Amino acid sequence: MPQGQLTGTRIRERRVRQGMRQADLAAQVGISASYLNLIEHNKRRIGGKLLVAIAHELSVEPAQLTEGAEAALIATLREARAAHSGAGAEQERAEEFAGRFPGWAEVLARSQRRAASLERTVETLTDRLTHDPHLAAALHEVLSTVTAIRSTAAILADTREIEPEWRDRFQRNINEDAARLAESAQSLVTYLDRAGEADGGEAAAPQEELDAFLAQIGWHVPELEDGQADVEALIAGAETLKSAPARALARAWLERYADEAAQLPARDLMRWCEDNAPDPGRVAREFGVSVPVAMRRIASLAADGPAGRIGMVSCDASGTLIFRKPVDGFAVPRFGAACPLWPLFAALSQPMTPIRQVVQQAARDGGRFLCYALALPQGAPDFDALPVLEAHMLIIPLEGGSEAQAAPAREVGVGCRICPRISCDARREPSILADGF
Amino acid sequence: MGKHVLVIEDEPNIIEAISFILSRDGWTVDTHSNGHDAVDVVLSKTPDLVILDVMLPGRSGYDILTDLRERPETAGLPVLMLTARGQNKDREMAERLGASRFMTKPFSNADVLEALRELVPA
Repeated sequence: MPQGQLTGTRIRERRVRQGMRQADLAAQVGISASYLNLIEHNKRRIGGKLLVAIAHELSVEPAQLTEGAEAALIATLREARAAHSGAGAEQERAEEFAGRFPGWAEVLARSQRRAASLERTVETLTDRLTHDPHLAAALHEVLSTVTAIRSTAAILADTREIEPEWRDRFQRNINEDAARLAESAQSLVTYLDRAGEADGGEAAAPQEELDAFLAQIGWHVPELEDGQADVEALIAGAETLKSAPARALARAWLERYADEAAQLPARDLMRWCEDNAPDPGRVAREFGVSVPVAMRRIASLAADGPAGRIGMVSCDASGTLIFRKPVDGFAVPRFGAACPLWPLFAALSQPMTPIRQVVQQAARDGGRFLCYALALPQGAPDFDALPVLEAHMLIIPLEGGSEAQAAPAREVGVGCRICPRISCDARREPSILADGF
Repeated sequence: MGKHVLVIEDEPNIIEAISFILSRDGWTVDTHSNGHDAVDVVLSKTPDLVILDVMLPGRSGYDILTDLRERPETAGLPVLMLTARGQNKDREMAERLGASRFMTKPFSNADVLEALRELVPA
């Protein structure tokens, strides 16, 4: 049922909630009860003065009756239906459900949002346990120390006759290992505590620290747009940049940002985006910059600007992600490898070939994204060495109604570990979702 | 002279404990703590069995095992793999590469002795 026809349902719901009889409301606005009945059952369209009059009698804004307060609610209900497609929920009745039972619909929507939030937490933690080299090394250290203690303690307990020098030696070993274990365990707990903090919390690896820093500033640095800011001062004021390697990464990122901002100022780009789609190829031609520079400048625009919120990822020739700017509905793994089906990696296998593709992430909220991907050699050509590639992909959310929204979308994942697409030629490891995690 | 075992492990106190219990059980024990030249050490020491840790400095135990299985002189050498990771995929990897036995840390001394006795009967 189209949303525009639901005004009647909302009128009926409001009237009933206020304990008003249909005939009374009809009389107050000067129409017959039977006509109001048709309106309330969405069999007659309503607008103009009659709508204003009914809204007045019901003490609500007319917009609340025509648009409903539940646009976001309905969108979430549709997500819930998509996540449980086998449950038989009628897609066309989502709006009616939200209109007639707003409280229950809100309960369902909150459950859906909670489930999505928990799924993201599981993804993050699983990602970390599977791929975080620091955590793997720390756990290995703990288990090795426990093994040494267990073996040595068993020797002391089980060996009836043991030479005093061996006994002393093993006791010393246990003492040393116990101290080491305490230290390793403390270090591990500290690390996990940090990892468990909110996104703005302390990060562990330099790249993570940089990612946290960029997320904090929204990948946008107004101070660098006018060429006045001091990169060192920005780094010094960033609490998330704890380690020297992270500060070095941030310095390189900010210096490149300043350089590219001078090539293509944000104000010029924003003005251009007011009348044009943020196509990086067109931007590159229009402003005489390279496509990667155009992509980075588009991705660095303020989220409330004309181009909206846009994501971007870059990878080196090994496929390792070296830049992550996620966007709502298109998740980017914090650790480990991303989905091989991303156009980013298709670009890596077809250097110099621009790729434009509409994608949709499996088990996400159903949003579609227009991706622009391109891989180019780094550095100047060298006749004595093969070129080293770097690939970039701009991720642009498609709004409802746009032409590309109707185009077929390629279904991709986030990463194999948390992907529900079990039968996938690109799968490299089992999914925790397949194991009924 | 007893059977000869080479323990390739980088944790010194594990080496010491394993060496002690194996020596008491009649084994001749050699030890090595670096993955980089572990294959050369195996070839020069010619043990009856190798206890091989997966995570070693210089080179992983999986790579060492692969090398050993590709060489005719060590293709059939019993190898007991030790690892702190007990996931199925680690076990499958060890089996695929030709490990004779796979043991997860922390293991018991009795389990190690039993495994060695099965792999190299007296």
